[in-house]
Amino acid sequence: MTLSRETVINLVLALALLIVPVVASQMGQPFTVTLATRIAVLALAATGLNIALGLGGLVSFGHAAFFGIGGYAAGILASHVFSGEPMPFGFEGSNQMPVIWIFAVMACGLAGLAIGAISLRTSGVYFIMITLAFAQMIYYFAVSWPAYGGEDGLSILVRNQFPGINTMLPLSFFLLSYGVLIVCIGLFALLRNARFGTALQAARQNEVRVASVGISPYGIRLTAFVLSAMMTGLAGALYADLNKFVSPSMLSWHMSGELIVLIILGGTGRLFGPVAGAMLYVIFEFALGGITERWQFFLGLILLGVVLFARGGLIGLLAGKARHG
Amino acid sequence: MILSLALEQLLNGLQLGVMLFLMAAGLTLIFGVMGLINLAHGSLYMVGAFACAVVAAATGSFWLGLAASLVAAAAAGAIVEFLVIRKLYDRDHLDQVLATFALILVFSEGARWVFGSFPLYLDIPPLLAGAVPLPGIEAYPLYRLAIIGVGALVALGLYLLISKTRLGMRIRAGESDREMIAALGVDIRTLYTVVFALGSALAGLAGALVGALQSVQVGMGEPVLILAFVVIVIGGIGSIKGALVGALIVGLTDTLGRFLLPPLLGLVMPASTAATVGASLAAMLIYIVMALVLAFRPRGLFPAKA
Repeated sequence: MTLSRETVINLVLALALLIVPVVASQMGQPFTVTLATRIAVLALAATGLNIALGLGGLVSFGHAAFFGIGGYAAGILASHVFSGEPMPFGFEGSNQMPVIWIFAVMACGLAGLAIGAISLRTSGVYFIMITLAFAQMIYYFAVSWPAYGGEDGLSILVRNQFPGINTMLPLSFFLLSYGVLIVCIGLFALLRNARFGTALQAARQNEVRVASVGISPYGIRLTAFVLSAMMTGLAGALYADLNKFVSPSMLSWHMSGELIVLIILGGTGRLFGPVAGAMLYVIFEFALGGITERWQFFLGLILLGVVLFARGGLIGLLAGKARHG
Repeated sequence: MILSLALEQLLNGLQLGVMLFLMAAGLTLIFGVMGLINLAHGSLYMVGAFACAVVAAATGSFWLGLAASLVAAAAAGAIVEFLVIRKLYDRDHLDQVLATFALILVFSEGARWVFGSFPLYLDIPPLLAGAVPLPGIEAYPLYRLAIIGVGALVALGLYLLISKTRLGMRIRAGESDREMIAALGVDIRTLYTVVFALGSALAGLAGALVGALQSVQVGMGEPVLILAFVVIVIGGIGSIKGALVGALIVGLTDTLGRFLLPPLLGLVMPASTAATVGASLAAMLIYIVMALVLAFRPRGLFPAKA
């Protein structure tokens, strides 16, 4: 059995993302480990979006909503542990990541169900704008609701814990995030190759034909949107723990744009597209940010270049067009 | 007293609506004719405001600044259309979103580079300074009334332009069948550039007018852009009439919601809770309205043809 070029590239990316921080940690460079964690978490968020956008062709411009809800789940649950106050509806605060993750994923699933159910009644440009508007709605709610910091955001005083792992060590937290990322990429691959994934991609390519063989595109898309929201929400919870801080900026429309940018930089619908995109993005941010404060200006120019001239993204450039079948 | 305050808020809502119409009209025109979703429309709003502030500061005349805002925004729009947007007409919406998102980054950081992060201030022209008494209101700022007037004039002008002139006829023809009018010998590329510049000029005008009410700073276009999106989604993308109705709905809902919700909620809950809940709910209100409209009319109130 020979591996396709894309598989080789995927393996190289996965190993590079694992080895670089491990070596950097040995050499006493925790900052590199933090950068790698940032890459892993952003790639996870973008992998979530890739279910809706890459497979389903649903251009959600509001995934920051789920990223932020996941982040706030981590922040709010942890804050109740510190304050000792009970939460509404009889829940208790928690600083255990597994509990937080379940909360984050459930909350995002429900939010995704509500937003998706309305937004998926529309398509094309309407869908883009409606998802954007819903995310803005949640953003403004977070800004104006004072209980959890409002505009100032919410600090997580001590990083939440995971049984058996000391999450305070940068490398341990990286390995945890990396593990979650790899599991979720595996789920993405399973989903893509399952009957569900085939139907979802078929609905993107030709809605009428899917409907004519007796599959409702709406139900499939809604399921994909909810799964997508859940995965992005999980990334949000990790991101909040990475920064030990959550603020409305995680919900802002710039965040939604960045998530799409990650996918496009890497290659839409490709398994490791989000990983490649997140690597490029964080490295751009770090390298350009070191040279000039105005790095977003150059990011804009690069992005324009990619959209206009290099549509397959990094994976497309290295591995050629996606194979069908 | 209460009534006078309510009337004043009503006029403020109208003023916000009119300003949103200036933004939404350009967006919806560009989408209707070229099928393009332009996120960078807010950047053109910012360009207009900066041009007005800089020229007004240099010459001392607000009116020259206003003229400069129109020229600068139209020119910036035409240049961007020529360099970037033109390549996007045949692309899918995802590419359009990304490329225009990239343009926002370039415009915002570019403006920060040139003008710095501190806001510029633009004074209301002496002619329009002060306040006038209106029936039921002791004194209402003349400048805000003038904005409402400008918006009404622009709406009328756009209606006449689209329905009565040769250019308007071509724009309508471009909306319904672009291959056909190209085959009939209309230079469709130039037409697209003209429409884009026209939309940009309207955005620039809105930016300059609002710049005198608020401050002129980087990023000022983004909240307005998103409100304008809500407007055209409610109104029906591609419909100018929809943009006008949607803009008034959004302007009035937002302003009156912020004014009325806290006291209304105060009737059923303690005043301090009512203030926070009311403020949060008011901030979300237009999105709730949008969701309701879409739940019943997925293509907006005045759907343009497919």
